[in-house]
Amino acid sequence: MDRKQCCVKLSVQPSRGLMDEKFIVLVQNALPGSQLTIRALHQCEDGHSWEAFGHYTADTTGTINEDPSIHGTYSGVEQMGLLWSLRPIPGSKPGLRMRKKNIQTPMEVTVSVYQGHQTEGFADLVPLSGVVVERWYMAPGVRRIPVTEGGLTATLFLPSGPGPFPGLLDLWGGGGQLVEYRAALLASHGFASMAIDYLTSKFTMKTGKMVDNQYFETAYRVLQQHPQVCGSKIAMIGLSFGTSMTLKMAIYSEVIKLSAAVCISGSHVQPVEGSVEEIMGFFQKNAGKTRFNEKNEVIWRDLLLPISTDPSLKADVGRLQCPLLLVVGEDDQNWPAQESALDIKEMMARAGNSHLLTVLSYPNAGHLIEPPYTPHARSSTFKTVEIQEKVMCLWGGQTVEHFRAQEDAWKKILVFLRENLYGGRKPTSFSHL
Amino acid sequence: MTQAVPPILSVTPSRALVDEKFQVLVENLPPGCPVTLCSLHRSEDKDDWEAYGHYVSDHRGVVSVSEDLSFGGTYTGKEPMGLLWSMRPVPGSRKGLRLRKINVCTPMLVNISVHSGHEGFRDRTPLASALAERWYMAPGVKRIDINKQGVQGTLYIPPGPGPFPALLDMWGGGAGLLEYRSALLASRGYVSFSLDYLWSEYLSADVEFKYFETAFNIIRNHSQVIPDRVGILGSSLGSMVAFDLTAYSTIIKPRCIVCISSNHYHPPGTTLKAGFKILSKHFHKAHFDENNHMSWRSFALDLIADPSNNVEVGRINCPMLLVNGCDDQNWPTVETAEEVARLLREGGKEHLLSRLAYPGAGHLIEPPFSPHFRATKFIILNSKEKVILLWGGHTKAHSDAQEDSWRKILSFLQLHLYHSPSVKANL
Repeated sequence: MDRKQCCVKLSVQPSRGLMDEKFIVLVQNALPGSQLTIRALHQCEDGHSWEAFGHYTADTTGTINEDPSIHGTYSGVEQMGLLWSLRPIPGSKPGLRMRKKNIQTPMEVTVSVYQGHQTEGFADLVPLSGVVVERWYMAPGVRRIPVTEGGLTATLFLPSGPGPFPGLLDLWGGGGQLVEYRAALLASHGFASMAIDYLTSKFTMKTGKMVDNQYFETAYRVLQQHPQVCGSKIAMIGLSFGTSMTLKMAIYSEVIKLSAAVCISGSHVQPVEGSVEEIMGFFQKNAGKTRFNEKNEVIWRDLLLPISTDPSLKADVGRLQCPLLLVVGEDDQNWPAQESALDIKEMMARAGNSHLLTVLSYPNAGHLIEPPYTPHARSSTFKTVEIQEKVMCLWGGQTVEHFRAQEDAWKKILVFLRENLYGGRKPTSFSHL
Repeated sequence: MTQAVPPILSVTPSRALVDEKFQVLVENLPPGCPVTLCSLHRSEDKDDWEAYGHYVSDHRGVVSVSEDLSFGGTYTGKEPMGLLWSMRPVPGSRKGLRLRKINVCTPMLVNISVHSGHEGFRDRTPLASALAERWYMAPGVKRIDINKQGVQGTLYIPPGPGPFPALLDMWGGGAGLLEYRSALLASRGYVSFSLDYLWSEYLSADVEFKYFETAFNIIRNHSQVIPDRVGILGSSLGSMVAFDLTAYSTIIKPRCIVCISSNHYHPPGTTLKAGFKILSKHFHKAHFDENNHMSWRSFALDLIADPSNNVEVGRINCPMLLVNGCDDQNWPTVETAEEVARLLREGGKEHLLSRLAYPGAGHLIEPPFSPHFRATKFIILNSKEKVILLWGGHTKAHSDAQEDSWRKILSFLQLHLYHSPSVKANL
């Protein structure tokens, strides 16, 4: 079918959505039975181009709606395939990972329809139709507030409205930096969320010294004392090394009293008395256990294996007094999250507090379990604050299963946070309304 | 110290086009709790507009505006979009206001909040609030100022490679250049040209007619427009221009026309401004209602009774959609539509005509969910006199008409401008 189709109508609803919202892609007025390619193109902040595409056949009314992709970067009926299967265009640098730094502007994706089943050379083809879709981390009315009080390098995101809101401390992992996007998205769901830089803070960059444990307690206090935060309802969420700090604070801090904790892709193995510096030092000591795969990608999961039996080297989860949600990717090549989760389960069973524990374990998901509908990076160039040179780090995960894990985990994280931070209301406590 | 955790208010989607619905949900309330949902918008003119509904939460502590009934306020019953279409100026505002967005590159911001109780809800601070953005422009729509061959206006182009079907979009008198409908039409896939045509004094009716033909051709010849897929959409005075151009032009052939609040009064050989002068000579016959709002309907009915004053709509050969309100107090638009039907019937062309007439709707039939204005301030074009014109319509009926007619207008345009009837399924 060579004849150019006239007036094919493409729509993506909603055209402006939050990063974790689904959209519906609809093609109408195509020639019945015609072969079409739907393609997404995004240029990230670093200037790299990412694309995803699916091959479809229009039905007898000339429509494509909730139909399966026969082939492409995703296949089957995949409503969000155009986003989660994005990958760098051919010829791009290896080891890329998509992360948005400026979350006050949307991620813009151009979605187009092409005649035929195309797999390459899209730049030279004229699409039949195209629309622009905006994906936002911040809902309207969410406020972004840089925090420097008490020597902190942090950003607070407040939901719109008078509040007060439950609070959330948000920690990322060993790469450091102030990563804001998850906190922005959590604020869009009603949590006053503070993203904290605890490895490359202004203090650390100036003095060369790592922050001490008081740094986290300061963050907690600042959040707790904010007039729009409900001081008695604060949770902590950490990924990777952020898990280590979350568990440490949840169990040992005299100041921090958490209503809930979420630990993603992490471990409880750490010198119990240790500061940030000492914990990092402990990992470094085991650096000899680093492995490499056939592509020379770095596997760090063995550094904490086998799980120690020495109680001074494991955060004592038996002492936890708040609900804990563990999120584990079973193909995590960076941290031994699965083995740690099993050990945590055993320790809590022995201590009698396993009713606080929920484990979400996903086969073939990797280390970077992030909010859904962004591309999966099985490996990427990475620099920890300890190692000054960039390595190609193997995170793990198979794209489709990793996406499903992200989608499922995020939904469950939001429910867990809502139940523990917004729930538990008794009707009588509202008689003053 | 235990602080009470507030209810959770969500508006989904939080960013939408103005003709899209949203769901307003309140959760985490006590069961059986009386609350008031309130919307607030500050216009570009700095006036505050509000709407509200009284609700009672269910046994789960939930209020869903889409599912539950409002028991009072600016709207009642099950009204998912009531918080928008029933908006009116807050008590104490200036009289005769109309809400129209001039800068369509930014969204309309609406603050939705939930307050405890029903009576005196405004005296209490809200329990929770959320901000909704309502956009006229979809992402990727381009806005271009046009000043070409003497023609002025603003062109909106949809995202994508094109080419696209297109529309010449004309409003009525007394409003200045309104771009929002064109922005919305571009967001729905049409190149749309909002034409500015009341700013200049034309030497003669012929020169003025050429202005409109030139405007149409500018669209037709645009690189991103499919030349034989150009239609005209006009409301009020704009609908008269649509009839006029389509009936008399020998050089332009619209593929279809949509006339909202149909008007075919155009004494031959007169410019629009001259026509206004003639109209104003009849103002002493205008009817004033109990609020001293001026209605032109009755003397206009007399004027159009003489066919020599009107556009010869029987000459039109393209599909037409006429959208009118039965409670239109400004112009006898329903009677005009009946006359159009009669004339086409005489010429054996009634199959070209589709008519929508909505009981209880007034003159200002706009895109859905925008507030209804029964009467607003109006500046008479020639004399610059300020009056309050009665447009008519009753809010609920008028809003239903706006919602229904917009869907039907888009479907009419899609049929005639997007579909190629010659290419049917030949599998």
